[in-house]
Amino acid sequence: MNRAPHKSAQAASPHLLARHRAGRLWKTGFSLSILFGLIALAALLFNVIDQSAGLLVTANKVDPSTLAEKPLEELSVKELTQILKSNLSNNRIKTIERNGVLMGRTQAELLELIDEQIVKPEVIASYHLFESLRHETEIRQQALGKNPDARIEWKIWLNWHFLTNVMSSNAQYAGVRTALLGSLFLIAVSILMAFPIGVGAAIYLEEYSDRRLRINRIIQTNIDNLAGVPSIVYGILGLAIFVRALSPLTSGVIFGVEGGNGRTILSAALTMALLILPVIIINAQEAIRAVPSSLRQAAYGLGATRWQTIWHHVLPYAMPGILTGSILAVSRAIGETAPLIVVGAATFITQDPNGVFSRFTALPIQIYNWTTRPQPEFRNIAAAAILVLLLSLLSMNAVAILLRNKFSRR
Amino acid sequence: MLRKNLVNKAAGEKKQLPAQARLWKKPRRGEAVIHAFLFICGAVSILTTLGIIYELGKEALLFFGSPEVKLLDFLTQTTWQPSIGKFGVLPLVNATLMTTVFAMIIALPVGLGAAVYLSEYASTRTRATLKPILEILAGIPSVVYGYFALTFMTPLLRGIFGAAQVQVYNTLSAGLVMGIMILPLVSSMSEDALSAVPRSLREGGYALGGTRFEVTRKIVVPAALSGIVAAFIIAISRAIGETMIVALAAGSGPAFTLNPFKAAETMTGYIVRISGGDLAYDTPDYNSIFAIGLLLFLITLVLNLVSRYLVGKYREVYE
Repeated sequence: MNRAPHKSAQAASPHLLARHRAGRLWKTGFSLSILFGLIALAALLFNVIDQSAGLLVTANKVDPSTLAEKPLEELSVKELTQILKSNLSNNRIKTIERNGVLMGRTQAELLELIDEQIVKPEVIASYHLFESLRHETEIRQQALGKNPDARIEWKIWLNWHFLTNVMSSNAQYAGVRTALLGSLFLIAVSILMAFPIGVGAAIYLEEYSDRRLRINRIIQTNIDNLAGVPSIVYGILGLAIFVRALSPLTSGVIFGVEGGNGRTILSAALTMALLILPVIIINAQEAIRAVPSSLRQAAYGLGATRWQTIWHHVLPYAMPGILTGSILAVSRAIGETAPLIVVGAATFITQDPNGVFSRFTALPIQIYNWTTRPQPEFRNIAAAAILVLLLSLLSMNAVAILLRNKFSRR
Repeated sequence: MLRKNLVNKAAGEKKQLPAQARLWKKPRRGEAVIHAFLFICGAVSILTTLGIIYELGKEALLFFGSPEVKLLDFLTQTTWQPSIGKFGVLPLVNATLMTTVFAMIIALPVGLGAAVYLSEYASTRTRATLKPILEILAGIPSVVYGYFALTFMTPLLRGIFGAAQVQVYNTLSAGLVMGIMILPLVSSMSEDALSAVPRSLREGGYALGGTRFEVTRKIVVPAALSGIVAAFIIAISRAIGETMIVALAAGSGPAFTLNPFKAAETMTGYIVRISGGDLAYDTPDYNSIFAIGLLLFLITLVLNLVSRYLVGKYREVYE
């Protein structure tokens, strides 16, 4: 299509140049809208990465050189254990030994323990990545000028320790292990409940329901509306029904679990299942609708019953689409925070979840909790936790795309 | 297993009943059970809605039934301080409206602009690259946007307007970031509506000598208007129900203020704060989150219904 103004058209319309100028102006405006979105995305990612690494200035509470005559790194396991025992109270040692006796640990683990329990480096200042890169020497001079004993080091907050450590009130030793396990548990349980029901409902609506019946139209409208209900409303529903009304069930008391309350993984997972159900249903419906009706007619023609047709022909054909949609629903659930806060996620837990009746925390809950702390180092670990969250979302979406590509080739 | 049984059953029945002409009359109990089970799956959603209305309604009634609370005061008073028995919901509603308005100032024009660009101007290839990138914005969890608001947008606003003017927690920062979050929703829904406008309408416009912008503005956008309005309404509903951004960045403490630089707690922010603390069941505080939750549910329900009606309208015309 060539819409360059023709000579005769120019003559016909004296305002043609002005009209084209206006058109170009608006076009610039429209492309600026796109640009705005791209810049916002870039700023968001930049901000998170910027805060997830940088120079960290700490000061030791106890100088490590006063603990022993030789540098600590040269000491044996026995000597290190001795240092720990002579510097910490018996109760403290007992608490630590609950996770394994001191003598049975490696030298590296003991050194870390001494650092955490005795040396206790406190954060004086924490700098962002790009700030640190640009002004490294000034930052170092300034920090040493204020406190000659200060320890200045490069810190990448997202590291292996961060993934494997349990929570701590000191940001330097805090990790997301419990939160990550909690999130995985939660997602696994909620998808186990939501997937069969969601696919069942989609099959019913697409293959069985007679749209002339009012009840079926109500179900459809209702599902569409539920998809738009704010997630916090599901949280309140979960609080009222699963946490309070069904407390004997969700706390596991009727299964013989001791002294729990309803604020368990099970309650949260049920709430989350209700939340993702409409999304799963709508996506599965679309996948089933895309199955060509010739497939069904062929099966019926060979004498198959309705369910045989669905189970052997419609579902296998629609399954990639259903799975893709479900993965997208799950990736929405992973980031949900508000309903979990309302149903009572704990913010400080150091024990791994060990079943559906245990108390729990989740990755977004930790991000929320750490972001609300005033200290800058908690912002750093919140950024690191955000990176963990975004990377897991990214990998789930990648799986969904791969799945779609693999099956759409058929 | 179910499937095996069925196949066996079907095979068994065939042996017993050679009269093939009557096959359709045979009662198929397995099929009926499956049909019933699938219907129950569909009905779970109805139960969810009923559960929401029943539970929220019940607790909300308890709230309005308690002696400190009067419905008229709830709707008209401008102080929300449960500790001294003042339950006026207006500060919370006001803060919700303010963050929503700021979000819409960003999301509606920019989202529509992006949709027009993608649907009317961009080549197929540009569109195929830009659209998924914009959709990344929609996939980022809202708690991350809350972090972004608090650690990026607020310092930025304080840099522009002065730290003395702008409080650390403020409704403007939360609203603007919320706008960024909702932008892809507006753009993808509006784009769907724009692309549904038949090509023949555009061709007609060009034939009459319209420039591309004129055809877009005077023909395509009006033709897709119901879909665009539907997108706008869904966006408003989303902004009203959005929780984590306002919980992190808008402040925790009800305040009746129209100053965008001041902290003010929204309805959703209040629910998060109260339920995140140590709850004592059956106190007016606790019951109040149900009353506010119900209000939230009803507002978003109405907006969603209106939006669906409008979408149905343009689908009816063009599809």
